Amino acid sequence: MTYRVHVRVMPRAGLLDPQGKAVEHALSALGFQGADAVRIGRAIELSVAAESQDEAEARARQMCDKLLANPVTEDYLLEVEEA
Amino acid sequence: MTLRAAVVRFPGSNCDEDALRACARVGMDACYVWHRDTGLGGADVVILPGGFSYGDYLRAGAIARFSPIMRAVQRHAAAGGPTLGVCNGFQILCEAHLLPGALARNERLTFVSKPVDVLVERTDTIFTSAYQPGQRIRIPVAHGEGRFTADAETLRMLEAEGRVVLRYVPSGSETGLPNPNGSAGDIAGVSNAAGNVLGIMPHPERAADPILGTADGAAFFESLAAWSPGVKAGR
Repeated sequence: MTYRVHVRVMPRAGLLDPQGKAVEHALSALGFQGADAVRIGRAIELSVAAESQDEAEARARQMCDKLLANPVTEDYLLEVEEA
Repeated sequence: MTLRAAVVRFPGSNCDEDALRACARVGMDACYVWHRDTGLGGADVVILPGGFSYGDYLRAGAIARFSPIMRAVQRHAAAGGPTLGVCNGFQILCEAHLLPGALARNERLTFVSKPVDVLVERTDTIFTSAYQPGQRIRIPVAHGEGRFTADAETLRMLEAEGRVVLRYVPSGSETGLPNPNGSAGDIAGVSNAAGNVLGIMPHPERAADPILGTADGAAFFESLAAWSPGVKAGR
């Protein structure tokens, strides 16, 4: 089976996110009041061959821990669906 | 005995030639090794230079960490061999877990390329023995991701164990060119627990010859050249 994996990598809560802050200021400058707590991360999509959805998720988790996210500065969220 | 220094070249490295020349200038036998190489050619000292290895794809240093040469660098470091990472080299050493923490995007988002003032906090290391304790030097930085970040426990440990080897003059100082990136604790360089692996954001190799206008960085290479492989690299 092939599974489509969606990874969302976000700066860890509490870590200064200067990109998010800059965009927040830009939104406010454009007149969008009340938009705050902007955080900017990255989205990664990939296809994973696995016997089951659980196996696909476990493999994707290893990929995140080893390469796709840096645990010092980033958290990640995984979504796995049948391709 | 002439020490042999290996400067690792990744696709996108820069200042590799500066590092090579800085080593040669102090009498080391310096050579390049390619990222696809699997050995260090018998080097006593390894330098990971600056630059944008693999285009900084994903995160600075994240891909370089898995280069074939990094297995040899891991072995060299584990055996106590002096390993210096400058700028992108520092980022690679963090990604490779040879050093703690990470280098995050600069506080003010901009790429900073300018001289800064740093304090040499430790001179009992193989990399800084030719400096005076507390010496203030002016050397260039050139990075977009240089804000040293680690969890509070790690930061406490680094301070308690005296592993902050290089520190920027704090922001808001009356004099000097201060912390350019918002780095925690004004940290500009840290070592591993054994003391044989050092990562620094400033570029001493760009300031290692009076012809460049300043030779404040030369003592890093003089320190390494004075090291004797028979002596344990740690402090």
